Amino acid sequence: MLRIEGLTAEVDGKPILKGIDLEVPAGEVHAIMGPNGSGKSTLSYVLAGREGYEVTGGSATLNGVDLLAMEPEERAAAGVFLAFQYPVELPGVGNANFLRTALNAIRRGKGEAELDAMQFLKLARARLKELQMSEDMLKRGVNVGFSGGEKKRNEVLQMALLRPSLAILDETDSGLDIDALKIVADGVNALRAPDFSALVITHYQRLLDYIVPDKVHVLMQGRIAQTGGPELAKQLEASGYASVQAAA
Amino acid sequence: MPAVAETLDTVQSVTEGTYKWGFETEIEMDFAPKGLNEDTVRFISAQKKEPEWLLEWRLKAFATWQRMQEPRWPAVKYPPIDYQDAYYYAAPKKKDGPKSLDEVDPELLKTYAKLGIPLKEQAILAGVEGAGDSPSEGGRMPIAVDAVFDSVSVATSYKERLAKDGIIFCAISEAVQEHPELVRQYLGTVVPPGDNFYAALNSAVFTDGSFVYIPKGVRCPMELSTYFRINAKSTGQFERTLIIADEGAIVSYLEGCTAPMRDENQLHAAVVELVALDDASIKYSTVQNWYPGDAEGRGGIYNFVTKRAQCRGKRSKVSWTQVETGSAITWKYPSCVLLGDDSVGEFYSVAITNNYQQADTGTKMIHVGKRTTSTIVSKGISAGKGQNTYRGLVRIAPTASAARNFTQCDSLLIGDQCGAHTVPYIENRNMSAKVEHEATTSRIAEDQLFYCRQRGLSEEDAVGLIVNGFCREVLKELPMEFAVEAQKLLQISLEGSVG
Repeated sequence: MLRIEGLTAEVDGKPILKGIDLEVPAGEVHAIMGPNGSGKSTLSYVLAGREGYEVTGGSATLNGVDLLAMEPEERAAAGVFLAFQYPVELPGVGNANFLRTALNAIRRGKGEAELDAMQFLKLARARLKELQMSEDMLKRGVNVGFSGGEKKRNEVLQMALLRPSLAILDETDSGLDIDALKIVADGVNALRAPDFSALVITHYQRLLDYIVPDKVHVLMQGRIAQTGGPELAKQLEASGYASVQAAA
Repeated sequence: MPAVAETLDTVQSVTEGTYKWGFETEIEMDFAPKGLNEDTVRFISAQKKEPEWLLEWRLKAFATWQRMQEPRWPAVKYPPIDYQDAYYYAAPKKKDGPKSLDEVDPELLKTYAKLGIPLKEQAILAGVEGAGDSPSEGGRMPIAVDAVFDSVSVATSYKERLAKDGIIFCAISEAVQEHPELVRQYLGTVVPPGDNFYAALNSAVFTDGSFVYIPKGVRCPMELSTYFRINAKSTGQFERTLIIADEGAIVSYLEGCTAPMRDENQLHAAVVELVALDDASIKYSTVQNWYPGDAEGRGGIYNFVTKRAQCRGKRSKVSWTQVETGSAITWKYPSCVLLGDDSVGEFYSVAITNNYQQADTGTKMIHVGKRTTSTIVSKGISAGKGQNTYRGLVRIAPTASAARNFTQCDSLLIGDQCGAHTVPYIENRNMSAKVEHEATTSRIAEDQLFYCRQRGLSEEDAVGLIVNGFCREVLKELPMEFAVEAQKLLQISLEGSVG
C-alpha cells in the first residue's frame, strides 16, 4: 500500500505540492485527475525520486518502506514503476538489452536470480504476445524512431516485464488513439492483483472507461481537493474542474 | 642469491655510474645504459644480431631524428621529455616500484577486480617488484597475458596450424633473421623513417613487435589475437609491427589488452605498417588501456603512435578499429593510403578521456586510386577534465576519380569541465569525388539518466549503457571476443564521472 502524508515539494524554489494526503491500498487502482499545473506530474516525479524535485515535508511509504530516503534505482527495486509521459530515447541502446538490464537490476535488488539472454527472450516474447505487440519492438533502439503510440506501448511492455508493486502512469493516455489506449489499459488490467496498486494520472476520463479505478482524486493547486468513486471522473468530464474549485 | 636479484644488483651498480666498459667489449650484456646516441643504436642492432643493412637503416633514421623537432601542433600539453634520461634497451627494473599490491593505486586495483583479473596477474600489471620474476621459461619473463592463457601447447598448436597455411607470424626480430627478404622489401615503405619525429625515433631504436605475412589467397584461419595474446612479450616502448597481406589474403589482427597496464616507460612510440596487395583485406583492431595516471593525472603513459596502411592492390581493403581508453596522452592517427583502384579504407574509433587525460586522435584517408572509398566513424567521449580532439584528413588526389568519403564525428560530453574538439581537413582535387562530413556534439541528458535509474539501473550502469549505445557503430566492428570486454571497459573508464 502506498501511503502519502502531508507531502510538500518544490521545483526551483517554487512550492508545487502543498500537503498531499493519499492512500492507495494494495490491490487498488486510483486515478488522479486535475487541471494543467495542478502538480500531477510533480507528484509522480517526487515519488520516483527525480533530481530537482525537492521534498520539503511529509512522508511517502510503499508497504511501510520510506520511499523518499531512497535513490531512484532503489525505489524501482522496491517496486515503484513510472510510465513516463514522454518516454526518453536512448540512441544505440537496443530495447532488448535495455529491458533485460533493467529487469536484472530489479531482480538483483529483490534478491532474485538474474535471467540469461534465452530466459529473458522467452519471457519477453510471452509478454509481447499478451500485449499484442510485434517482436520488432525488442530489436529497435530504446524509443528511437518510435511513434508516440509505440513509445507508450513500450512503457507498458516494460511495466509488464518488471511487474512493479506500484505503477504510476503519468498521462500515459496522452496522444494515443483508441486502439493504443485499449492496449495500455489491457496492460494495466492484466497486472491487477492483490499485491499490485496503480496511480493513474490523467487529464481525461476516457482512459478510465478502460481502466476502471477504485477511487478518483482531484488534484488542484497542490492539494487533493476531492475524492470519490469512478463516477467522479464522469462528473468532471461533464462539468469541468470549476465545479470542484467551487466545492473546495 | 637468486639469478633475478643478482641481475638487478649488477644492473643497479652499473646504472649508478660505475659502468666503465665500452660497447665494443666482448662482455655479455643485456641492457644499454641510459641515453640515446649512435652507440645505443649500434648496441641494439648488435644485440639483435641484425644484418648490416638494418643497422644502416637505423643509423640513418637516428640521424634524421636528430634533425627533427617534436611536433607542437597536437592539442595536448605535457612537460618536455628528456630523451637522454631514458633506457632504450632492456631497461633495468626500477627499485622504486611498488613493493606489494598494498602500495598500488587503490583505484587501479578496483578496476582490476572489476575486470576479474586474478591477484597474481594484478601484481604483474601494476609493476609490483618481483611479481613477474617467477619461473621463466626459456629465459623469458612470463607476462600478464601468459597468466591468462598459460598454455605453451596451445601456442605451439596454433603456430603449427598457421605454418600449415604458410602464414608467418613471429617477433619482428625473428623475422629479420628468418625472412630478411620480406622485411627488407617492406620495412619503412609505408611509414618512412623520416615520416615524423616519433616514427624516426622508433626506426632508430625499435626492439620489439610483430611480423605477419599472409601468403597469396590465404584466409588466416584465426583472429591473430588469440595467438598474439599468448605469445606477445610485454608491450615494448618502441614497438614495430609490420603486416603484409599478399594478393587475395585476408587477416584480422588484434592488439592490446583491456586491463590497464602500468609501464615503467612513460613514453611509447610505436610504428605499425600494413600492406594490402590486390584483393587483400586487413582488419586491425586495438583496445588500448594503458595507465592514464591517477585522478590528478600523475604518472600516465604518453602514447605517440604512427599507424598507417597502404592499400597498394586493386580492390584491397584495410579497416582500423580502435577503442582508446587509457594513456595520459594519446597522439595517434591510423591512416590509409588508397593507392589501388577500388580500394577501401575504414576507420572506426572510440576515444575516451576522463580526469586529466588528453587525446588528439583521428585518421588520414589519402585517395589516390580510382573509385577508392573511405569511411570514418569517430566517437569521442570526454568526462572529468578530459580533452578530446578529433583530427582527420581526407585528401582526394587528382587521380582519384569518383572517390568517395563519408565521415561521421560524434562527441559526447559528461560533466561541464571537459572539452571536445573536431578538426577535419578536407582536400579535394578531383571534381568527380564525393566527400561527406557529419558531426554532432551531445551531452548525456539528465532525463536519459533518470529514465534508466527509474528502471532500476544504478547511475554508473546507466552511463555505461548510454555510452555503449553512443559507441555501438564502432563496437560492432570489433571481433566478438573483444567487443564484450570493450563494452565493460568503457563503463569502467567512466566511473565516477557523473554525480
